[in-house]
Amino acid sequence: MTQGPTPTRRSHRGFVSYIDKSREYYAAQGYDRSYEWAAFADAPFASLTKPLSECRVGVVTTGYFPDPDTVPYVTDHDQAYAAPLSAVELLAADKLSWAKDETHTNDTESFLPWRALQDAIDDRRLGSISPRFYGTPTVYSQRHTAQIDAPAIAKWMAQDHVDIAILVPF
Amino acid sequence: MSLVSRHLETEGIPTVIIGSARDIVEECGVARFLFVDFPLGNPTGKPGDTKGQTEIVDQALTLMGQAWEPRTTVMSPQVWDADDDGWRDRFLPVTDENQAELAAAGVARREKQARTGRSLS
Repeated sequence: MTQGPTPTRRSHRGFVSYIDKSREYYAAQGYDRSYEWAAFADAPFASLTKPLSECRVGVVTTGYFPDPDTVPYVTDHDQAYAAPLSAVELLAADKLSWAKDETHTNDTESFLPWRALQDAIDDRRLGSISPRFYGTPTVYSQRHTAQIDAPAIAKWMAQDHVDIAILVPF
Repeated sequence: MSLVSRHLETEGIPTVIIGSARDIVEECGVARFLFVDFPLGNPTGKPGDTKGQTEIVDQALTLMGQAWEPRTTVMSPQVWDADDDGWRDRFLPVTDENQAELAAAGVARREKQARTGRSLS
């Protein structure tokens, strides 16, 4: 009989609950009202309508531009944006909540994988990448994200003939 | 970001989220989710890890091509640090040692917001 790998043993779930962590953290700071995250019972689903090798991918990040005057981007309501791929070098994430004590964002491939996507294109696995990427910097208001940012990004993706989207939140 | 994904799906654009906040994404409910069990900040691979980054994007594309119904979660087999799982506890810690410090920080933050009239900083 083949012996499989030895399991890690846990008495609690392994992955982090960020809903629990953030609630407890802000409660410890004296905030008596917890943030209420969006939850749905169902989820919409669009099927691929052509092979991946013919699809153009658009990538969405939660990063933002600290100095927007230097970036040739378009924006709606000073929030969501579409910017050329090269502008990744001007992107920042300092104000977002991520594990700054554990890691860093000096390698842009660790959050916007242009090289890996280009490799997939070179291998004829993926059709192309949109000349622009899209941003929806994290904000408190779910209404803003759902009703203002999301339609703006859908509009820009239509302009860029995007077929599929990869979303990479920090 | 999950809300953006849901909107794009209703507009006919298939999506995959690559991320590390599993509970937040799954509570919201999205079509396709590649869960990367890393500290928040590097959803598409460890900094400098070209091979690992390629694998994550490859897995996301496979998920894109093969999922047939919503709420499909696939987990990357990559491990952040096989010798130290402590990063899970070190993020936003609330301990006996830092409770007083956190409470004071909350008071200071609210006082600053009251002065500046801003609800968020």
